Parts: sequence; C-alpha cells; structure tokens
Amino acid sequence: MSGLGGARVRPFGPTALLAEVADAPTALALATWVRGSGVRAVEVVPAARTVLLDGLDPADVAATAALLEAWRPDPEDPASSPADGPTIEVPVVYDGLDLDDVAARWGLSRDEAVARHTGLELVSVFCGFAPGFAYLSGLPEEWAVPRLDSARPRVPAGSVAVADSWCGVYPSASPGGWRLLGRTEARLWDVERDPPALLAPGTRVRFVVAEPS
Amino acid sequence: MSARSVEVLATGPLCTVQDQGRAGSEHLGVPRAGPLDRPAAALANRLVGNPPGHALLEVTLGGLALRPTAATWVAVTGAAAPVGVDGRAVGLGRAELVPAGAVLRLGAPGAGVRSYVALAGGLDVTPVLGSRATDTLAGVGPPVLAEGQVLALGTPTAPPAPLEAPAASPTGRPTGLLRVHPGPRPERLGPRGLAGLCATSYVVGAESNRVGLRLEGPPLGLAGAGELPSEGMVLGAVQVPPSGLPVVFLADHPPTGGYPVVAVVEAADLWQCAQLRPGEPVRFTRAR
Repeated sequence: MSGLGGARVRPFGPTALLAEVADAPTALALATWVRGSGVRAVEVVPAARTVLLDGLDPADVAATAALLEAWRPDPEDPASSPADGPTIEVPVVYDGLDLDDVAARWGLSRDEAVARHTGLELVSVFCGFAPGFAYLSGLPEEWAVPRLDSARPRVPAGSVAVADSWCGVYPSASPGGWRLLGRTEARLWDVERDPPALLAPGTRVRFVVAEPS
Repeated sequence: MSARSVEVLATGPLCTVQDQGRAGSEHLGVPRAGPLDRPAAALANRLVGNPPGHALLEVTLGGLALRPTAATWVAVTGAAAPVGVDGRAVGLGRAELVPAGAVLRLGAPGAGVRSYVALAGGLDVTPVLGSRATDTLAGVGPPVLAEGQVLALGTPTAPPAPLEAPAASPTGRPTGLLRVHPGPRPERLGPRGLAGLCATSYVVGAESNRVGLRLEGPPLGLAGAGELPSEGMVLGAVQVPPSGLPVVFLADHPPTGGYPVVAVVEAADLWQCAQLRPGEPVRFTRAR
C-alpha cells in the first residue's frame, strides 16, 4: 500500500471511468471500496495501476469521478483492505523448465529458490489475460525476473510461473512468456464453482511443495 | 432433452449462440460476449415472440442449415442472406413457421456479415456465469456450433409478431462512419489528438472477428512510446498498438491490454462493426 494520494480519473467514453492509482494493491483496495460504496457500475475491473468502472449511468459519471478523486487508501478501514479474501494453498511440483534459470537469477540453489517461492505471502490483485489468470502480488521488486524474450507457443495448464514481480498460474494451456517454476493440479478455473476463479482478486495465496504423483 | 429441438445440419464459417451476454465477470478475466449487431438480434427475438435476451444464433457469412423437430416460428435478421425453407424462398425480417422436419437454410449474404436466427422459445443451452453466449476468445459458454449438434428449444411465451414485415435490419446499411468519444489516453495521439484519428481513412481488415474490428490505412504516429501496464477495456474501445493501426474492440475483447485506448465508439454505432466487410471504408468522427 503506497499511502500516497488517491486516484487520477480519466474519462473512458460516456459510461465508463478509468481511475489511475499508484500500484496494483492500491487498485485492488479502490476496487474493493467501490464495490462496497453503492456506486452503480456493471463492471469494476482492477488492473496493474488502474481501476475501470464500466456500465455507469451517464448521469452518475461526474459524481462518481468526484468520489474516486476524493478517495484515499485507508489501511485502518477493513472495507479498503486489499486482501480480505480467503487464504488458498496451491500445491506445486517444482520441476519447471525455467526453475534453474530463475534460481541463478536469484543467486540461489534450486532448493533455496523453491523455499523463497513457497515463503512468499501473495495476494491476487487482478485477473486478466485469460479467465481465472490471477496476477499475484508479493514478490519483492528486487527479485523481479524479466519475461522470456519470446513467448512459448504453448504453456501447459497448471504451470506456475513468475514474470517481473508477478507470480501466476496458467488456468488453461496457452501461449505465454512467463518463466516456469513448476506445475499444480489445482483447478484455477471452474465455471461450476462460485466464483469460478480459484484465485479471484482479494484472495491470499501460498504455494506449498507437492510431491510428484 | 426438451421435446422441441433443432438439429444443426450445416454451420457455415462460424455460427455461435448469443444472448444478452455476461455482466459483472470482467474482473475474473471473462468478457461480456453477446451479439455483435444487438439491434438485429433484438429484432429477430421480437419477431418470434421472444424476450430480447433469449438465446439465438449469430451466423457469419451464411451457410447455416437447421431442421426443427416440431413446427417452429423462426425469424432471420441482419446480413441479407437468402433464406429458404425446404427450398422455398422466404422473407427476411419476418416470422416464418418452419414445419417439423423441414430444413431452414441460409445462403451467403449479398451484403453485411452477420445474420441472426431466432427460434420461438429461444435456444435452451446451459447458461455459464448467467449467460448462454459463446465467447470465442476466452472459451466461455456453449461451444461454437458444429454440424450434427442438437439444440433444445425453450417454451414459447408469446405469439410471433404480425406479418407486416419490417426490414431485416432495424438500422439499415452500415455507412462506415463511426462516432467516437474520448478514451482515457487521447494524448497518446500527439497534439492533434482525436482529430488525427478522425482525419484518417481506413478500410476493414480481413483479420476482423468477434474480438475486434481491425483497420488498415496510414499508421497513426504515437506520442510517448512505451507500453502501458494492463488495464481494463470497454466495449467499443479504440486501441492503437505500436503498428499505428487502430482496433475497435468488440464483444469478445480481452479484459486487459497494454496499449493505449484513445477513443470509444458510440454504442449506437457498434452494430456497424458487425456488418462491415473486409475492404469496406471506415471513418471516425467526434460524437457530439
């Protein structure tokens, strides 16, 4: 939580607003606050440094913009707490194609890299890219790793990966440029479940070591 | 299985089930989906006596053939595809009773791209996240229609509209003139802003689909290089990637994108993006 300022609000056509904030945890805090505030928006979409409010009544846009401008993150207020969701443990078999590469970038052995990853306290701050793909915040900036120079054409479903200072799990097989640490059998996306995303925004996440089955 | 159903004998290039689309799931990474030409879809439902949100078929460039198991009121709107029932030509934009076992067939449209086929009672496929719409990008909702599939029909709730036939399209032919409102990052277009976008002539690119209308023409120069972090997008967002060629994002657009959104197409003009063919001209103009 930056604790700096509130939101800079940009118009996004006649029925939407884009609120710019300092970082992803602040975006999640603002999105959480908006959902509890009675603002009538069809979609409230937190992202890396913004929150989109879509489906506003054009008559409400100006007042909503003023509300967003006046908002300030408040660590004391549970309504703006970014991580008010459940804690989920995700079991991982650490045998990813890029595990040695990431360990080397961190200056660690393979086992130490696994210990670092399983020691993180992560929060799902937004979803994007694919249904149920959660951007997990909590990897310190100094441990950030660059994306691959070119994306792999097919990353298997359940791949556990890092890129920049994000952690993530691919819910389905797709192209992808994140560095792969391992794999999980957890179902990240299941439309029979409510919510269908295992790691919906606000969920706290820990990775734990699983033995290969 | 409902007693009333319809068998899919042929689908053409792409045929999907659509209803009003999903709302409230974009933060989980799920787009809204729904028909690209909403006025035409709403008209098709109204003609057969359905409420506006009933599930119907969006047919891309014709080629659909259906055989209902029971006599069913059907209406076809949107792109002007020739429609036949057991080889007998029938009118667009009006309800037709298709007898049990008869074959309804759509040919290739002479103009436009997408036709809408509503059947009385609507298509009774299983909803996913509150909607029966097929999302072609995220893979949410019923699969793209396939030959041999049997679709259940719901129970009709109202009689078909009287036969004084309206046009197939409630909006007419697309002009290619799309009114735009400012998006969140018009300054990325440089000092001329939206005027530069509005001064450029485009044609529809062949890669256009339910995700986006891709435009071809002289590339726009972008001020301030560098990607943006991912951010949410709205229906009709005009995004300018590094190529300088705008994309108008449509119903199956992804939830986030790292390139600047400079404008948003007026909602009342979005139906045109469903019906403009590759090579047809597009111009933007400021909405008032």
